Amino acid sequence: MATQNLCTVKRRGRVHLITLTGAGEHRLNPALLSAIRSAVAASAGAGALVLAAEGKYFSNGFDQAWARTAPRHLQATMGGEFRGLVADLLALPMPTVAAVTGHAAAAGCGLVLAHDAVIMRGSRGFLYMSEVDAGLKLVDFFAEVFREKVPDAINRRDLLLRGGRMAAPEAVLRGIVDKAVDGGVEDVVNAAVAEAEKLAARGWDGEVVAEIRKAAWPNLWSKVKDYGADAPAAAARPRL
Amino acid sequence: MCTLEQHGNVFVLTLTGDDEHPLGLPLIASLSSAVASAKAAAASAGPGAALVTVAEGRFFSNGLDIGWAGTSRTRLMELADALRPLAADLLALPMPTVAAVTGHASAGGFLLALCHDYRVMRADRGVLYMSEIDIGLPLPSYFVSMFRAKVTAANALRDVLLRGTKLRAAEAKEMGIVDAVCPGPTETVAKAIKLAEQLAARKWDGDVYASIRISIFPEACKSVGIVEESDEEKVKNFASRM
Repeated sequence: MATQNLCTVKRRGRVHLITLTGAGEHRLNPALLSAIRSAVAASAGAGALVLAAEGKYFSNGFDQAWARTAPRHLQATMGGEFRGLVADLLALPMPTVAAVTGHAAAAGCGLVLAHDAVIMRGSRGFLYMSEVDAGLKLVDFFAEVFREKVPDAINRRDLLLRGGRMAAPEAVLRGIVDKAVDGGVEDVVNAAVAEAEKLAARGWDGEVVAEIRKAAWPNLWSKVKDYGADAPAAAARPRL
Repeated sequence: MCTLEQHGNVFVLTLTGDDEHPLGLPLIASLSSAVASAKAAAASAGPGAALVTVAEGRFFSNGLDIGWAGTSRTRLMELADALRPLAADLLALPMPTVAAVTGHASAGGFLLALCHDYRVMRADRGVLYMSEIDIGLPLPSYFVSMFRAKVTAANALRDVLLRGTKLRAAEAKEMGIVDAVCPGPTETVAKAIKLAEQLAARKWDGDVYASIRISIFPEACKSVGIVEESDEEKVKNFASRM
């Protein structure tokens, strides 16, 4: 798989910056998920990680067009790869920041929330949990992301059960996003990198960061840990 | 005891009469039957429905019929056990639900309101009140599960369950327990129906809607006896939806 087309990796100071490339929707299919996971694995030695995207979209969710054509076991792989990416992020020995440079929908929104901190473009782009509109149920580990990471019952209901598009100001008010940043994509990336640099500057022991994070979101961790890169039975991991 | 009417794609369930609408066995049975009717009617009508629950008089409901139970713990448990499946039916209902809190909602009545997705409440009269601590009654465990699932603002759970705080609509809204506040009962019902119409107009697949609702607070749903679908069952319709 030619992963270099799908995302780029840069070091900016202590920050490991992953950028989903191109003006497309960055739909999460096995190729892109694998590329992101490789990019995440390449963060060793950095002090913090940022995941950002080029263009109008952060990620518009799973690649449904691909899923329509692919046999069922490939669909399961996609569920396993996404689960694995969440596990890798939860186990990462450094703070993580999502730079929501554009629309984040469905699994794209779930991916955002799997990070420790979320910086979002203020004037453009929204979070959209499209599943209720699309008629798709939420499998257990995926719902767990929202149960653990979205504060307050009302916010969980409004994000998951209204099919609404939530822009940054509202997301900040609701505590779903940490900060809204004015300007363009580059401004959001710069702000996320600056935030990540601040976190890296704390000089935290990475292993301790990972252990505390896994303990803070224990339900989510327990549901994804068998899919992570470091999982003992990585080769024989269970399928959906 | 209660009526069910259909206004377009909104089902309006009304607790009738000027009394406290105590949740005794007859009213619980009546409500259960009405909820089942709404579910059946929606199933044949296709996607896009919603339920609004309203009450006549000064009370939404003052909870389990303590008058009937008297000093009998057995009777009280019988009522709690009868209410549990009604709570389950509401939480599993394949359509959005709105409670128009048109009067006092205490104890089981407060729980009943909480079993809806949204709450609209009148500002001028009426309180939400968990009276059990003041009366000296323990809470059925599914009551606590529901409150833990839905009352999540800082100190709100403590204030409601452990202090017997009586909440007027404005305070309830601040605590995230009520979504909208209206001046009086007429406006409250109108607003609740309007919200229900907006939700129904989205034409969500009811089975999917209920599934997502359950996946937001699975423990509370389990506590009322709902068995959540497995992942395998959930993804069965994925291929046809993609």
